[in-house]
Amino acid sequence: MRWLSENFPYVRGLLWQHAWLSILPIVIGLAVAVPVGWWASRHRRWRGLILGFGGLVYTLPSLPLLIVLPGLLGTSFLDPINVVVVLSAYAAALLVRTATDAFSSVPEVVIESARAAGYSRWQQVVGVELPLAGPVLLAGLRVASVSTVSLVTVGALIGVSNLGALFTDGFQRGFNTEIVIGVVGVVGLALALDLLWLGLARLAMPWRVRGAA
Amino acid sequence: MSDVFSEAASWLSDGSHWSGVDGVPHRLVEHVAYTALTVGIAAAIALPLGLWIGHTGRFRGLAVALTGALRALPTLGVLTWMVLWQGVGLTPATVALVVLAVPPLLAGAYSGLESVDRATIDAARAIGMTEWQILIKVEIPLALDLILGGVRSAVLQVVATATIAAYIGLGGLGRYLIDGIAVRDYAQMLSGSIVIVVLALVLDGLFALVQRRTAHP
Repeated sequence: MRWLSENFPYVRGLLWQHAWLSILPIVIGLAVAVPVGWWASRHRRWRGLILGFGGLVYTLPSLPLLIVLPGLLGTSFLDPINVVVVLSAYAAALLVRTATDAFSSVPEVVIESARAAGYSRWQQVVGVELPLAGPVLLAGLRVASVSTVSLVTVGALIGVSNLGALFTDGFQRGFNTEIVIGVVGVVGLALALDLLWLGLARLAMPWRVRGAA
Repeated sequence: MSDVFSEAASWLSDGSHWSGVDGVPHRLVEHVAYTALTVGIAAAIALPLGLWIGHTGRFRGLAVALTGALRALPTLGVLTWMVLWQGVGLTPATVALVVLAVPPLLAGAYSGLESVDRATIDAARAIGMTEWQILIKVEIPLALDLILGGVRSAVLQVVATATIAAYIGLGGLGRYLIDGIAVRDYAQMLSGSIVIVVLALVLDGLFALVQRRTAHP
């Protein structure tokens, strides 16, 4: 505890770095997965291919991917961009299946009713399909969020600073307290982001989340 | 870009990297052996437990909460903490990897049994099957696809994580990455990465084949 209070600015800096290295990939992954998943749910022929590709990306181990990527992108080895790209790819791969399932679960008859009521194509998607797919999307987002926060730590092995640096530093110095503070920080951040998504979902979908909780 | 990949290609085609303790075949065998050992131990714990939870429906809420909480634990933190607590060796790494393999195995087993139609189980009970027969002859065969899905996910997670375990002194393919980082040998890191990615893809492909074999219409 004394170590924490003496090094508080350092830990706080790592926490902020960790937070944005987590939030950015989660948001990018969601932004990619929702339209792709919607498309896959409407085009049966593409569905298998898209879901198969997502599964393949998710199979690739993270540390090797972090090392291969600079060679492919031409980025510097230490660039945090590599971490963002790899984790965005994982989040998108995980969420594209959820999004496809979510949009597929919207009953055809509901979409037809919306069309009959004079909704334009765009209004159907945004006003009817997306809200109905919302709760399933939220469930997937929560899983992707937890695993992203945990995976960011791997970046510390190649020198990208985040809470994982407390693991490598604590390990080299044989100082367990630092590692435990890191684990608590990561789990705490995962929990805080989970509450953030739940809160945002409650604002966006007041009808459903209240009933579910 | 082409530079680093041609360097990796020449690293991989160098015969001296394919023999001895630090050669690719030996590291590959180590990596697969760690994975088999870990998933074997985790399966011996998680599968009976998951089948029991799925069959009886007891402690389901607890199992869901536990698998969720275990997933939030950062792998690297658990590994380093285990070593400082237990000392360097195979045991702390194995324990940490088992902890990581348990959630997908447990989830696959209990959600697999839950997916079996209640009417089918009631029918089996009605024709006089014992609970044990229902589990072995009805529930497990019908849930096999999801149970195998859990094993597949556990194997892939352990293959990926055993890479990180080289940081705490374990052998396996992660050595090329961790040693390469230390001396900034990008060709070696990239080559090791490619071997690991190929291993993961091959294992995933094998599981896809097995699952297709056991799937029923």
